[in-house]
Amino acid sequence: MSKYTLMLRESPEAFANFSPAELQAIFKRYSVWADGLRQASNLAGSQKLRDGDGRVVRRSGGRVMVTDGPFAEGKEVLGGLFVIEAGSYDEALKIANDCPHLDFGSIEVREVEILR
Amino acid sequence: MIDGFRETFAHVVATLTRILGPRHIALAEEVAQDSLVKALQTWPHEGVPANPSAWLIQVAKNRALDVLRREKWLADRSDVVAALAVAQAPASAAGGRGFSGEGVAFRGEPAAVGDDDLSMIFLACHPILSREARVALTLKTVCGFGVGEIARALLSREDAIAQRLVRAKRQLRDADVRFELDPSEYSSRLESALDVIYLLFNEGYAAHAGDDLIRTELCDEAIRLASLVADHPALATPAVHALLALMLLQAARLPARVGDGAELQRLIDQDRSRWDQALIQRGMYHLDRAAAGDTLTTYHLEAGIAACHAAAARYEDTPWPRIVDLYDSLVVIKPTPIVALNRAIALSRLRGARAGIAAIEAIAGDPALARYYLLPAAMGELMRESGDLVRAAEYFEAALECECSEPERRFIERRLRETLALARQASSS
Repeated sequence: MSKYTLMLRESPEAFANFSPAELQAIFKRYSVWADGLRQASNLAGSQKLRDGDGRVVRRSGGRVMVTDGPFAEGKEVLGGLFVIEAGSYDEALKIANDCPHLDFGSIEVREVEILR
Repeated sequence: MIDGFRETFAHVVATLTRILGPRHIALAEEVAQDSLVKALQTWPHEGVPANPSAWLIQVAKNRALDVLRREKWLADRSDVVAALAVAQAPASAAGGRGFSGEGVAFRGEPAAVGDDDLSMIFLACHPILSREARVALTLKTVCGFGVGEIARALLSREDAIAQRLVRAKRQLRDADVRFELDPSEYSSRLESALDVIYLLFNEGYAAHAGDDLIRTELCDEAIRLASLVADHPALATPAVHALLALMLLQAARLPARVGDGAELQRLIDQDRSRWDQALIQRGMYHLDRAAAGDTLTTYHLEAGIAACHAAAARYEDTPWPRIVDLYDSLVVIKPTPIVALNRAIALSRLRGARAGIAAIEAIAGDPALARYYLLPAAMGELMRESGDLVRAAEYFEAALECECSEPERRFIERRLRETLALARQASSS
């Protein structure tokens, strides 16, 4: 088994126009998906990132620059992470495929590299 | 009980509207929406908090603080800042309460529905707003429906509803209305709120036979709102109990109104074992409470009629003399053509088809009934009963020209077919 990180990105407006009942149905889908991973012991960890107060630190011309970001209106931003256990990339992709997030944004799947 | 996003949204809107004042009702809605989005994004990771409602209110308050700080509105409003800064009781993530409810969205204690929710009903039903605006604003802020859902429920267009809501909120802001209800306003404000609740119920009830589930939810919402009002000692007037009784007794019979073939079932054909006896009992209880004092409202009379039907174990047990009496009183204080039509139909059960036909003919010219399917449909039935099959068929055909729900249409089509077949038999023999 290897670890894979699923990085969930969405536009900040992705959920703005749903009614409360629709949001509840969407919440349910995410929960069912995450609970499925938990029950199959496929979930190594998961985090939601705080909206809106990211900083980007860069060195430029010998000076350290800190900027707010990384968001630009209308662009997808990283909103949350799931670290899963899977036997292969294909298996990890299959798990990502089942994630309801694909209806609202994108998922970047990366294997966690462990050097032995 | 708060058991879903919709009800919780309404509770958060009410709480924030109290803190920020009705002029900021749009902001209250916006931050309530934001809090649900944050819940949807956070809870799959951390689990549902022990007190979801407190969690959501906390998120909404923080968000409101951010927005108002940015707009510098808070500069001289230390009272509002203080109210927003008060932490909600246990708002932290729950720990071990489960990640999603099976069947229900929330685990943990339901938040108590408080006076804020009640004040919100009266704000949304404020008499300065038009009736249409009151209905839309109530559905949005008190019932937690989305704009699209309201449009579907009221058979209107989304942009029209959105506009109506914006205008209503602007009116409330311009009039600088208060959130808390003054006891001196109780009776006038109550009347307006009951009127909206009654409208909501009728919208849902009329469409119950329709295909869209959202409209049946209107009945549940109307009953929920009336129950909230009826639970408040100072507001629970006999009229409130009467309206609640009326809706419960009508709702109890809804399950039998449409048969297995999705066809409307007439009272005479209904399977009475499908009536909801628990709702009937609740309805009778409130009808009893409604009788306290000497007020007699239209709700009382309509509830009385509904109770006559609900208490009859068989169709043959229906107390038609009493029902006609109640209609006679109703038509005096609510002299609308629809009431008169229903009275005529009840009269036909008591005195026979010809009496019913005469009573309907007396009101048939009313323009308000010109496109109402029930008039020709009832005439068709009465003509058929009295043996005039040709005119019966004509009336059923006229009924099909009017707007009605699908199950109603299927029913009238069947009656027309049967009548035509009978007419053919009669002419060939």
